Amino acid sequence: MTDKIDKGSAATPPAGPGASGTPYEAIKAIPVRHYGRWLSAVVVAALLGWLVYAFSQGKVIWKTVGDKLFDPSVIAGLGNTVLISITSMLLGLLLGILFAVMRLSKNPVTSFVAWLYIWFFRGTPVYVQLLVWFSLPLIFQYINLGPIYKNETVDVMTPFMVALLGLGLNEGAYMAEIVRAGIQSVDEGQTEASHALGMTQLQTMRRVVLPQAMRVIIPPTGNEFINMLKTSSLVSAVQYTELLRASSNIGNTAGAIIEMYFVASIWYLALTSVFSVGQYYLERRYARGSLRSLPPTPFQRLKANLNMFRRTEVAR
Amino acid sequence: MTAKTAQPMVKAEGVHKSYGAAHILRGIDLEVAPREVFCLVGPSGSGKSTFLRCINHLERINAGRLSVDGQLVGYKQKGDKLYELKDSEVAAQRRDIGMVFQRFNLFPHMTAIENVMEAPVMVKGESKAVARERAIRLLDRVGLGDKGGNYPSQLSGGQQQRVAIARALAMEPKLMLFDEPTSALDPELVGDVLDVMRDLAESGMTMIVVTHEMGFAREVGDNLVFMDGGVVVESGNPRDVLTNPQHDRTKAFLSKVL
Repeated sequence: MTDKIDKGSAATPPAGPGASGTPYEAIKAIPVRHYGRWLSAVVVAALLGWLVYAFSQGKVIWKTVGDKLFDPSVIAGLGNTVLISITSMLLGLLLGILFAVMRLSKNPVTSFVAWLYIWFFRGTPVYVQLLVWFSLPLIFQYINLGPIYKNETVDVMTPFMVALLGLGLNEGAYMAEIVRAGIQSVDEGQTEASHALGMTQLQTMRRVVLPQAMRVIIPPTGNEFINMLKTSSLVSAVQYTELLRASSNIGNTAGAIIEMYFVASIWYLALTSVFSVGQYYLERRYARGSLRSLPPTPFQRLKANLNMFRRTEVAR
Repeated sequence: MTAKTAQPMVKAEGVHKSYGAAHILRGIDLEVAPREVFCLVGPSGSGKSTFLRCINHLERINAGRLSVDGQLVGYKQKGDKLYELKDSEVAAQRRDIGMVFQRFNLFPHMTAIENVMEAPVMVKGESKAVARERAIRLLDRVGLGDKGGNYPSQLSGGQQQRVAIARALAMEPKLMLFDEPTSALDPELVGDVLDVMRDLAESGMTMIVVTHEMGFAREVGDNLVFMDGGVVVESGNPRDVLTNPQHDRTKAFLSKVL
């Protein structure tokens, strides 16, 4: 018994690939020298060094960047950026599902309405859309829904509402196209099987098609969200105090304009990095079963890149 | 075979179906009696699968009359006018017709037992407890009592197809349609599925089976139709047609598959 185990463990460690493969002597050869890699590394390092030097000589008070990084109003702005991004994304997702289903509907009227919505909101810049929402009180003094609701437009269209409607409705158009692609990716046999069981169109969509479409919808939705984090900086133009506006407010009063843009950039980078990592693992997870071998994680890739500089031991 | 005095379960009169310029069904006339096992055979492209899909209105027929249990499929007749049925009415007609597909088409995001429970709960509004109890019984009947918690991807093709049969039976249909149920299976898995179908036939289910399993047709079938080019070439008792075909086209086909 013990003999056997000893034998097994003793035979495996050396060069052989399989546990039971016969041992072999690995090839010993001089590897190709990658002079190009060394040369390009030197050039890139020099350029980076020059860039850092240039900024260190510019009239930037780096201490201010550090001091204001955790300023309460910057942090509040950061919170607003996350808030407006998440709420706009949720609104966009709901509208996206609604308009995707309408777009695929057999009813020509609903299909056309969805097409019109997507055409308009994808065809005009989101900045212009935000300004239109912002200016709405100029043309409608009251929002009047007959007996149900009446209010002054200015009171309803708070900066948050303007930002939410502007970003959310715009996002809805993009999400509609993503959801539509997801729905169309579900095998037709699924719909047929569901119909054959006597389920209606709506039940089929809700119980069979959408849950499967999610596999295709989720990865690009993560992408859209990361874009949304950055696009939300535009709403500073409509008086909503998110990260960029909070930062530049301080910058204007303290006379540290560029410093505060750096502060904002650092936070945007932090946000997108955090959500990108989440997005990456989400995609990896949803690729399971549809890819034969999963792409490497960032950590694995880093290790591989470091190995590139080493002279690789042949036939390891 | 079966006495044709009772109302036929399926009755087709001059059924035509085309996709654009492709004329797939060119006038099908046939009758399927209750409790009968009715086999449809023929080369691929002969229209047998298309005809099967017309029976539960997955395909719309272009001409002729097709009825199930005395009811027109997909239409209703008032006076001498035909009215198209609404989506919900078509769905109601399909409740009583079970269908088993060549590619199984199980719902991959649900476990085996959830697949079987789905339609009774959603369509009939049955309570989950009742549906679950029946699902357990049905999975047991197809020999998969221990696989209820598995997702389709964790089951072999033969097991998936048996779950699909259980799923169709959960709606307690009066008619079962089988669209080449064993064609996508490894040969060694075909037997289990055919056993379940044989068992179902013995229980008195009306079955229409599109198949290339001539052994099954001969052994279990009450009636057999050989189709080619969108028409019925020959029909009769499976044993007679398979051993003593009358038409040259039937002879040629059978010489290749038997």
